[in-house]
Amino acid sequence: MLIEVTNKAIDAWTIIKEYESSHDELAGVHGANVVFLGRMRDFNDSAAISEMELEHYPGMTEKYLESIADQAKQQWGILDLMIVHRVGQINLADTIVLVAVWAAHRAHAYEANQFIMEALKSKAPFWKKETLADGSTRWVEKNTPGKVQS
Amino acid sequence: MSIQVKFFASMREKVGMPDAELDVADSEMTALKVWQATTGQDTLDTNILIAVNMEYVDKDHLVSSGDEVAFFPPVTGG
Repeated sequence: MLIEVTNKAIDAWTIIKEYESSHDELAGVHGANVVFLGRMRDFNDSAAISEMELEHYPGMTEKYLESIADQAKQQWGILDLMIVHRVGQINLADTIVLVAVWAAHRAHAYEANQFIMEALKSKAPFWKKETLADGSTRWVEKNTPGKVQS
Repeated sequence: MSIQVKFFASMREKVGMPDAELDVADSEMTALKVWQATTGQDTLDTNILIAVNMEYVDKDHLVSSGDEVAFFPPVTGG
């Protein structure tokens, strides 16, 4: 299991490749690897965004990510997982979060991955401050829904 | 007793400080009282989240000497 909060760019596919290379026990036993990448887009709440600053509560953030990961492992019996979250200065198209789940079957991998993302968004203490096109800044007050609205 | 207080994100900007140290004699010190003593504000908005020793609590949670109490807005990671 890998839980990391980093101020460096997240090169998701390299991180996953290196993790799998150093975890031979996953080879041949997992039938599904679901990867979610959250990226920075250029709009939010009807405004154009140019960059973003991500703040966190050191210690509590890692503690909650570990707790969410443990819950996912218990509930879906997944084989392994990874959560890597960026903090600090973030530019357009940068990866903000990487969640990868390895499981025997896809249903468990899909569900556990979505659970981790939704729990992270509602519990893990991170905060986004956006810079708008005119140079002004604002704190993001709430996240967008994780389910498609009907 | 001594309590470490932290403020994050927009809350830090609103109260104008990242942290504070509180020394009080009150044996029934709640998170709300910590908020009032450090910010001078009577009320705590219901959307403000509170953590004691990095665990979410409600405003009536009793704090002890040495505790770390944090106040912050709804989280927006991911």
